[in-house]
Amino acid sequence: MTTTIYTPEMARMVAVRDTGPLEKVFTIELPDGRSLDHSPGQFVEVSVLGVGEAPFGVASSPSRSNGSFEICVRRVGDVTNAMHRMQPGASLGIRGPFGEGFPIEKMRGKDLLFAPGGMGLPPLRSLIQQVLDERGSFGRVIILYGTKRPEEVLFREELDEWVARDDVECRITVDRGDETWDGHVGVITTLFPDVSINPRNTVAVTCGPPIMYRFVLMELLGKGIPETQIYLSLERRMKCGVGKCGHCQINNLYCCQDGPVFTYAQIKGVEEAL
Amino acid sequence: MSLRILDKGAVAPLINALRADYRVVGPKAKGSAFAFGPITDPAQLRLDYDTTILPPKKVFQPPEERLVTFTMQGQVEPVVDAEPTVLFGVHTCDLHAIALLDKAFSQDYADAHYLERRKQTTIVSLECLEPCDEHSFCKSMGTLTADEGYDLHLTDLGPAYAVDVATEKGEQLLARYGTTSEATDADVRRLNEVLGAKWPRFTYRLNFDAAELPALLSTAYDHPLWDELAERCLACGSCTNVCPTCYCFNVYDEVNMALTEGERRRRWDSCQLDQFASVAAGENFREARSARQRHRFMRKGKYLYEKFGELGCVGCGRCVRTCVAEISIVDGFNAIHRAA
Repeated sequence: MTTTIYTPEMARMVAVRDTGPLEKVFTIELPDGRSLDHSPGQFVEVSVLGVGEAPFGVASSPSRSNGSFEICVRRVGDVTNAMHRMQPGASLGIRGPFGEGFPIEKMRGKDLLFAPGGMGLPPLRSLIQQVLDERGSFGRVIILYGTKRPEEVLFREELDEWVARDDVECRITVDRGDETWDGHVGVITTLFPDVSINPRNTVAVTCGPPIMYRFVLMELLGKGIPETQIYLSLERRMKCGVGKCGHCQINNLYCCQDGPVFTYAQIKGVEEAL
Repeated sequence: MSLRILDKGAVAPLINALRADYRVVGPKAKGSAFAFGPITDPAQLRLDYDTTILPPKKVFQPPEERLVTFTMQGQVEPVVDAEPTVLFGVHTCDLHAIALLDKAFSQDYADAHYLERRKQTTIVSLECLEPCDEHSFCKSMGTLTADEGYDLHLTDLGPAYAVDVATEKGEQLLARYGTTSEATDADVRRLNEVLGAKWPRFTYRLNFDAAELPALLSTAYDHPLWDELAERCLACGSCTNVCPTCYCFNVYDEVNMALTEGERRRRWDSCQLDQFASVAAGENFREARSARQRHRFMRKGKYLYEKFGELGCVGCGRCVRTCVAEISIVDGFNAIHRAA
């Protein structure tokens, strides 16, 4: 018996940094400098031996792999709390990458509108980095990011770089501001009226808390973006990652195999999706 | 492949001979009911059983099992616990269920744990000649008989069993461990009589053709039945535990007292339990009990069919028999059909 689909491969966590009040970014290296070979939007199952396993969207792009990849982890459960206590050099088990990512080929030549909310940014960051590393292949790059509070803005330095770039239209908003915040205040949908787009040539990508999707979808559809050009990355508790355990099922769809990336056209009639 | 005759007096010697090289599992009495378990004495084997509490899926996917062992230093080893097994006395409804599980555990990603046990198991199934009780509806689900899925298949001819030898694995097992004779023309006539005579004893319980289930359920998403069931359902998960085609599981780690090594294990889980579809931040995507009952009905009558080309319900009646709230999947299917 060499391996099974449930056997994690032990990898090394080489760096960790804070990015939010409950969020850290982990840099992970597979053995022998091997690349994860993922596509943006795919996820990995991460093990802390003795504690358990949990799924995370890969937060970095294949174009920046350099023998490692990043995941962003919010401290909310057993596995994530154990990860937050780890120091660089610790080992983590990895299975994957799993699932259907973003179809980047279908996005080439198109204007891209990214609308992540809160912890929805990390999986989209994987695609955004890839797009920026092949910047000439895409039209406009519009990023509208919303979080609840200023300190919850993740990847702040990278966002500032995106804001500063001439070839990226990046706007950030927070639901409630404070004395440290001189930017836009309001929920993510308040950023949409100021953005004018050519809907036929625009692909929209969104990921965020369940409550956010319906409102963002209304904005995207209101701008005339076709349902087949709106991509969502959905969160479920994928225990196995390989379509067996049943936990991630969304009506007839398996989030871990059919997703986690879906078009709105795919899930429009799928009642349990949002 | 061929038809052999196994005298009933030759069953005990066969079991004894098999026990030297195999774990033999078959139906045994358990209180007032029956359950599949290890046969350590041929007298334990009850081929006259009606139904079992748990289906034989537990031979291939035990309620709990190890997936990997590990040391806290990071040594990880996959574990596949399997041993040569003869599974005796499987009814045809359960054969159909095993056929579905075979697909579930081999499609896309091969599950070595299930498949290795499946590979090391020889299935000796048994034709049902009488309905097990009022809860089964195998005739409606098309599982009252089976053309495949077994290595050897027994039909009770009175003093002897007719043995349909379906695979080389079955043929070799019988040749090596059993004493059988070639079926005569009279045996074949008797077999056909027995098989023909059984059909009128079973009744149709579904008021429509089971092939219509996927289409019927696709119109029933907002049916009032789900709320009615939710009023009665205790969300105990018994229905999914006893279902021969339910295979959902949870995965968890266990560590020894010295905190030096541990195991990653899986155990049966149930979409009827309230936390099944929840995520870490607290969102529960199937919070309402009505949505969970709907999910079970949809999986049995529609989703699994769409994924594997087989209905997820084989009409064994176990979920109906075990439900303390007396929820009946066949009554539910009929109610949806009446409303359609």
